[in-house]
Amino acid sequence: MKNLIYGITITLITGAATWAAADDIKAVLLGSFSAKNQATMDRLKRDAVQAACSAPRGTSLDNQALATLRQERLNAVQLPADGQYLGNWERGAEVAGNGRGLQSSDDPTQPNGGNCYACHQLAPDEVAYGTLGPSLTGYGARGQSEAMLQYTWTKLWDTHAYNLCSHMPRFGAQGILTEQQLKDVMAYLLDPASPVNKPGQ
Amino acid sequence: MRLRYRWWAPLLALFLSAQVAGDDGVFDEYRDLMGDDNPAVFVIDEGEEFWFMPQGPQSASLESCDLGLGPGVTAGAYVKFPRYFEDTATVMDLEARILHCMATIQGRDVEAIKAKPYSLRGDFGTEMEALVTWLAAESEGVTIGPEQSHADERAMYALGEELFFYRAGPHDFSCATCHEQSDMRIRLQALPDLTSHEGAAEAWGSWPAYRISQGVVRTMGWRLRDCFRQQRWPELQMGSEVSIALQTYMAVNAAGGVMKAPGLKR
Repeated sequence: MKNLIYGITITLITGAATWAAADDIKAVLLGSFSAKNQATMDRLKRDAVQAACSAPRGTSLDNQALATLRQERLNAVQLPADGQYLGNWERGAEVAGNGRGLQSSDDPTQPNGGNCYACHQLAPDEVAYGTLGPSLTGYGARGQSEAMLQYTWTKLWDTHAYNLCSHMPRFGAQGILTEQQLKDVMAYLLDPASPVNKPGQ
Repeated sequence: MRLRYRWWAPLLALFLSAQVAGDDGVFDEYRDLMGDDNPAVFVIDEGEEFWFMPQGPQSASLESCDLGLGPGVTAGAYVKFPRYFEDTATVMDLEARILHCMATIQGRDVEAIKAKPYSLRGDFGTEMEALVTWLAAESEGVTIGPEQSHADERAMYALGEELFFYRAGPHDFSCATCHEQSDMRIRLQALPDLTSHEGAAEAWGSWPAYRISQGVVRTMGWRLRDCFRQQRWPELQMGSEVSIALQTYMAVNAAGGVMKAPGLKR
């Protein structure tokens, strides 16, 4: 029961996206966009993380509030139900290379991608990688200790649990990827047989 | 004149012969190959024809349209947008102003035009795309300089800055996610830092542009709409307040740069 109440409280604080009372930008947004396919107008609302992380550069921030928010995100991370972190790296490679999913132009019956290559270098033979995020080539050298597995899972599930206002999407917390897809990406990063951890040709 | 230009044959040859070594490699080679030839030149001609073509219930051309420098003055008008107009008492971008002129001078139903403002990939270009391309070419080589003299213009810049950093949608993306750092790229696509003068001037001064991969000319309004599609947001409407505010933010950051459009892009 205690856990249930805790869970509801967290949802109230960080879960639901809303229009803030003083959101004078609401009318501007609602008058400028139109819902299209799966991209509904609800997506223009912000949750607590999005609102806190929308400050223009140079704005002074309430660091205590941000620390509280980050801790809430950490508390809300869901580790894999069966305790198994690693799936299939070959399927993980597909998820990492797939940039589709949740756009108005995407087929909602198809699985979402993680689009990891948009921002990260991974397998050394893939030259079309982005640079917004750090290179993850050779990531598996960090090993597969319980701490490393939990750290990596948490980073994928909700990057804000470690680095509030990171540019990276919350792949688990926002339901972008399924638990199985996350396990497959975990394997792509950590399996010694994955091309991420092999020398390039 | 409505022709369908297919310039992908030399591009395909380059794809087959060239190693994609990073950055815009193969597209840079294509640009070098084309030299000063940009397929957009045909769209420029088309836009000029549209400007002088009597249309709508009034059977009027757009020749008396005031783009801010007086009725019918097109040279140097583009670089002053977005700007405040006394007759509408609002800040407008070029697309919103053209729609206004179509409605008031030609008597046309602008909702029908807004329903399909931009062409699809490989499609015929739209009238709006052609008009904006010609008007951009009418400012080629001119210094970018929206004035920010009216309070509403300054308020529009502030709104644009707020929107630029507004994170929303399932992926938490804002404009800033991709465009507040320099020397970054997505896959192989280089990303301009639109918070800096250099990045904003490069971006603002090079649209509209002929998109090689799509076979059509694209406007900045289209560029913004497609960014929001990738941000997983709903669809941005042409001439909307968000579109005008973000263009104000970019154009003012770009002030002092030189208009080089229409550009030639991937």
